[in-house]
Amino acid sequence: MPADYAFPDSETKSARGEFEAQRMSISMGPSHPSTHGVLRLQMELDGEVVRKAEPVIGYLHRGDEKIAENMTYNQFVPYTDRLDYLAPLANNMAYAIAVEKLAKLEVPPRCQAIRVITAEMARISAHLLGLGAFGIDVGAWTVFLYSFTEREKLYRLFEELTGARFTTSYTRIGGVARDVPEGWTGRVDAFCEQFLPRLEETLSLLTRNKIFVDRTAGIGVISKEDAIAFGLTGPNLRGSGVPLDLRKDRPYSGYEQYDFDVPVGTRGDGYDRYLVRGEEMRQSVRIIRQAIAKFPGGSWQAEEAKRIVKPSKDRVLTSMEELIQNFMIVTEGPQMPAGEVYFEAENPKGALGFYIVSKGGGVPWRLKIRAPSFCNLSILPKVCVGAMVADIVSILGSLDFVMGECDR
Amino acid sequence: MPAAPDAVAALKGRWAGLTDRPSLDHPAVNVPATELLGVLRSLKEEHGFDMLADVTAVDWAEGSRPRFTVVYHVFSTVGHEYVRIACACPDGAAPEVPSAVGLWPGANWHEREVFDMFGIRFAGHPDLRRILMWDGYPHFPLRKDFPLAGIETELPDPEVVAETKAGAIAAPMMGGPFVAKAGGINMAETEPRAKDESWSERRPKPGA
Amino acid sequence: MVASATELAYDSKIEGEVIVSRADAVINWIRSNSMWPMPMGLACCAIELMAVAASRFDIARFGAEVMRFSPKQADVMIVAGTVTYKMSTAVRRIYDQMLAPKWVIAMGACASTGGMYRSYAVMQGVDRILPVDVYVSGCPPRPEALLDALVKLQGKVAREPSASKLLSA
Repeated sequence: MPADYAFPDSETKSARGEFEAQRMSISMGPSHPSTHGVLRLQMELDGEVVRKAEPVIGYLHRGDEKIAENMTYNQFVPYTDRLDYLAPLANNMAYAIAVEKLAKLEVPPRCQAIRVITAEMARISAHLLGLGAFGIDVGAWTVFLYSFTEREKLYRLFEELTGARFTTSYTRIGGVARDVPEGWTGRVDAFCEQFLPRLEETLSLLTRNKIFVDRTAGIGVISKEDAIAFGLTGPNLRGSGVPLDLRKDRPYSGYEQYDFDVPVGTRGDGYDRYLVRGEEMRQSVRIIRQAIAKFPGGSWQAEEAKRIVKPSKDRVLTSMEELIQNFMIVTEGPQMPAGEVYFEAENPKGALGFYIVSKGGGVPWRLKIRAPSFCNLSILPKVCVGAMVADIVSILGSLDFVMGECDR
Repeated sequence: MPAAPDAVAALKGRWAGLTDRPSLDHPAVNVPATELLGVLRSLKEEHGFDMLADVTAVDWAEGSRPRFTVVYHVFSTVGHEYVRIACACPDGAAPEVPSAVGLWPGANWHEREVFDMFGIRFAGHPDLRRILMWDGYPHFPLRKDFPLAGIETELPDPEVVAETKAGAIAAPMMGGPFVAKAGGINMAETEPRAKDESWSERRPKPGA
Repeated sequence: MVASATELAYDSKIEGEVIVSRADAVINWIRSNSMWPMPMGLACCAIELMAVAASRFDIARFGAEVMRFSPKQADVMIVAGTVTYKMSTAVRRIYDQMLAPKWVIAMGACASTGGMYRSYAVMQGVDRILPVDVYVSGCPPRPEALLDALVKLQGKVAREPSASKLLSA
């Protein structure tokens, strides 16, 4: 849509003085079906074309960073669930690794494998919902129902592992909360087995669907330079042609041992971002299968980290030293050394970063959450100009952001 | 290929005011506010740190010098490395640093958030207003002297206030939050204490 | 004849194809079995709300799958998620625009009491600005819990003296 698009007859009519073009100021949101949460878009429209778009965020600002200064490191884990609430396990993992970097703590391979499997399942879950929401915004109801059916199967697996369908609070500093149940990895494998054909079926509803292609191809084009300049990360950045994936470029939690491809788009439009997400789900299945095949034995937490990881319950209830240790860790928090760290993990929405300033002790002095959706949304004033109102919905759906992490 | 430490060494050679900042992971330097934009521009254009990952600030509590430090994390999409730049605000009472919007348009929203949460102004920012709290909010929430429970203020919309008689009250903490202090591995100090930031809304704090 | 105001009385006196009942019972039956929600989906609970609308938990069984974001077309506002002070004005305005009869379900801990967010920005319960009919606990509540809340709301609606309210201006 060229920025100076003129509607038919408008020139002759305005030359004849028949109408004056006046811009209409319209506010889309914060309660709107297509804004994916509480985002408000203040737009100035010239007819149907958007001339100016100003996002207003902060409608879900809950004060997470201030809360973090008043919680021990383990107490903050439930708040990380609710950042990107479509993939809580991925947030849990990013936070746990960031805090473990403070103590330079290495978790055992089994814990790393569990974290990778759960993070990739969370990635599949988040992309499925992104797909479903995108489909429903451009008019495809069926995609939403199909993707939610698959997500329900994932929820059942999460619930078996962590106790909650999706706000899992599963990782702890130095490990995870509990070991995987008997046969769980087999069930995850069975899920992956039946998921791939269902995924193809779901994607086939959209990928070559003329209506979907018309609504997304060439819409919301983000150039490579713009993407980097605005700090975009994740599928949005990869859709614009930048092959940056933190799992490959700065591997963490054992990602270097798994073989997977990183899909990169070419044109940077909504269609490319959709294709990138679809392919990422297939690659996630690949990673999960490899992780299950190589699933190591051993402990699920770093048992030697005395002041960080709680000892096992049977020793706590029988031995004095472990009892005191357990008490200290629960009340005062895992004792971290003083210092600063910044760690970014490749979350489904982009790079979720945690900047932690610690003065020692079990409570952080400052915890900053670098949210991928915050940066992804900052490009909206640029990308929406010149698009028509209906395209705004398509752009928002293709950017796939989550207000929980944007506003924190 | 350690590009980041080389870049930091080159920066320290070129600007005199830079000092090493202790860091547990990425190379970090302290930069005075006068040299900040030059350092950031050099990192971006000469050393290939093309992405601004994060802009944030730390409040070291009233009484510290400096009180506020603005921290930038820059990332290189080619070398996959981070550098941390910390810039202490020269004035603790009216903190201000130059804005990086000219270098990275993405810094716009990050700086607005720092202003919203800490009250640090960014000279040269095109549109410095609140982003997470509503426009008329009178306080800066992430400052250390601001309680977690919040301070009572009026809701942004007077019509709704008139209708519902509701206001932004201090959250009922019941004497809490109950948490140990950050820092201090002194045994006497590490026990969780009631920070006593706001009493229950129905019962005022005894003695207050 | 009907025993109480809530019974529609299928087994009452039937003349041909006519069922005789009380106005209250009929009106409440119609209202409760087709409550169109206005999903005020703010945060994580909105995801569970979407799951309730999806195939496995299927709120359509209760006549409430028609999620209408327009307040003029909705009956029950399901506040799903954390209400911040900044958002509270929008929630109240939308509630005001809804047409009577209207009800509110506060879904989740954040909407009921502020949840685990005791901070400067979160309204400690949406009942500070809206009259809530049903509170659902959980963080997030299971979809079955939301369906239970809907059923309880239907029970509450069934006990209302709707006919006298309608006919008295």
